[in-house]
Amino acid sequence: MIDTRVKIAGVEFKNPVTTASGTFGSGREYGEFADINRLGAVTVKGVAAEPWLGNDSPRIAEVYGGMLNSVGLQNPGAEYFIKEDIPFLRQFDTRIIVNVCGHTIDEYVKAVEILSEADVDMLELNISCPNVKEGGMAFGTDCKMIEKVVGEVKKKAKKPLIVKMSPNVTDITETSKAAEAAGADALSMINTITGMKIDIYRRKPVLANKIGGLSGPAVKPVAVRMVWQSAKAVRIPIIGMGGITTAEDAIEFIMAGASMTAVGTANFTNPTATMDIISGIEKFMTENNIGSLDEIRGIIE
Amino acid sequence: MKLVETGIILKNTSVAPDIYDMTIRLPEISALAVCGQFVEVYPDNGVNLLARPISICQIGDGTLRFVFQAVGAGTRLFSSLKAGQRLRVLGPCGNGYPISEEKKFILVGGGIGVPPLLETACRLKDKGEVDVFLGFRSGSFLREDFENTGANVYIASDDGSAGFKGNVVGLMESAGVQGDVIYSCGPRIMLKAVAEYAEKRGIKAYVSMEERMACGIGACVGCTLKIKDGNGISNKKVCKDGPVFDSREVVWQ
Repeated sequence: MIDTRVKIAGVEFKNPVTTASGTFGSGREYGEFADINRLGAVTVKGVAAEPWLGNDSPRIAEVYGGMLNSVGLQNPGAEYFIKEDIPFLRQFDTRIIVNVCGHTIDEYVKAVEILSEADVDMLELNISCPNVKEGGMAFGTDCKMIEKVVGEVKKKAKKPLIVKMSPNVTDITETSKAAEAAGADALSMINTITGMKIDIYRRKPVLANKIGGLSGPAVKPVAVRMVWQSAKAVRIPIIGMGGITTAEDAIEFIMAGASMTAVGTANFTNPTATMDIISGIEKFMTENNIGSLDEIRGIIE
Repeated sequence: MKLVETGIILKNTSVAPDIYDMTIRLPEISALAVCGQFVEVYPDNGVNLLARPISICQIGDGTLRFVFQAVGAGTRLFSSLKAGQRLRVLGPCGNGYPISEEKKFILVGGGIGVPPLLETACRLKDKGEVDVFLGFRSGSFLREDFENTGANVYIASDDGSAGFKGNVVGLMESAGVQGDVIYSCGPRIMLKAVAEYAEKRGIKAYVSMEERMACGIGACVGCTLKIKDGNGISNKKVCKDGPVFDSREVVWQ
């Protein structure tokens, strides 16, 4: 018998697979292809207190083994999310993790106050989006700012708080420790790595925003390394992500120390990626006589 | 409803420089498709991860026909495939052209925006008169296919190598084309001119827009288009809210 359950900050998930924020909407679109009931959780696209328009198009550029995006956290706001998306997701037997964004500490706090009252299981504080001029990555790359924003948000958060970490830092252990010290209940990593692509014929960047965030298989080794380093530096659980495309990828993150994993860009290349990964993890556990993921979590010294 | 289906390529031939005419056997997707929709075709080569949005040119019995341009790594890969090989396809995507109950239809296509109008012409031919205006940089393709639908076909080319020398809206202006509703697909600059042409003459116009996209189904929010929304602007998804929009709603930049 295998037991795929995992527990993070007191919240139990049926398996260690969620979706990476911004790649799965609120589940409606991929619900046509994937059985949401099978997911450990749905981590929804970033929600702010008020609606955001996002960046200009083009927002997407394909690069070798990955993609760049500069969506800029377009979202219809917390009120819409609570009214439309939570009832949709609650039809399914899965957990809801809501990604929270803001331009300022006040905006983060306001969004967290609103969403803390909503029927969600966990909050994921997005202080690492590279595509917004204020807030986002500006907070997530500076230890002092991380402590400040996480500390303020934590005072108002009535749900367990995940802090989503930026890979655009010199030392992920320092920023991870700052988030933990400020009260984070868990960390998720990595957000996208800043990147750029130039159209040499038009002599212009492909993205309207010029730079964007790199995701997909190309970033996976960076993500695995950061999860491994961070897991050694903090006591709180980590949700690992960054280029996870197969069950083997997800297991790498777990061996590096992740409690849970998230599937992002792979949804775009394979709409049933989450399902395939869940089945693949179960198969791997069965074939390798692994009863519980605790047996392999963080086994890499 | 949308689904992923792997289909056998029945035909793939070059019909003009860099333009390929491909038919894929896709029983499930073709049964759901309507004119003006598109599919997402996966390169599945391990390098180019994202599916390529390709418009549906014709819906056959269990098959879909695509006429596409080889412009980048993905479409060049598709152009090299032979009959018997397979492609993984997600679709049908997008809203498609609304079939109006009017009587006189004007179809305006430019370049690689021409193909999706063929199925549209087929759907409209029994409803009324169909005038088709097709613009190309040089030469033309699909002309006979449009003529075979019974439509009146007019060609324009920038270099004068086929039909009227000049752009397709210039051709329409010189002919003083009138009608009840315009269906259009092509480069943005052409669609903007079509929108202006339609507005000046009080003709309803539907334009099929294009944008770089990742998922093709509305999840990634990558392919947005600015749309007039009350007194403001909202970003609509080309893949899900479109690709076909009322020309008066589009914020033309």
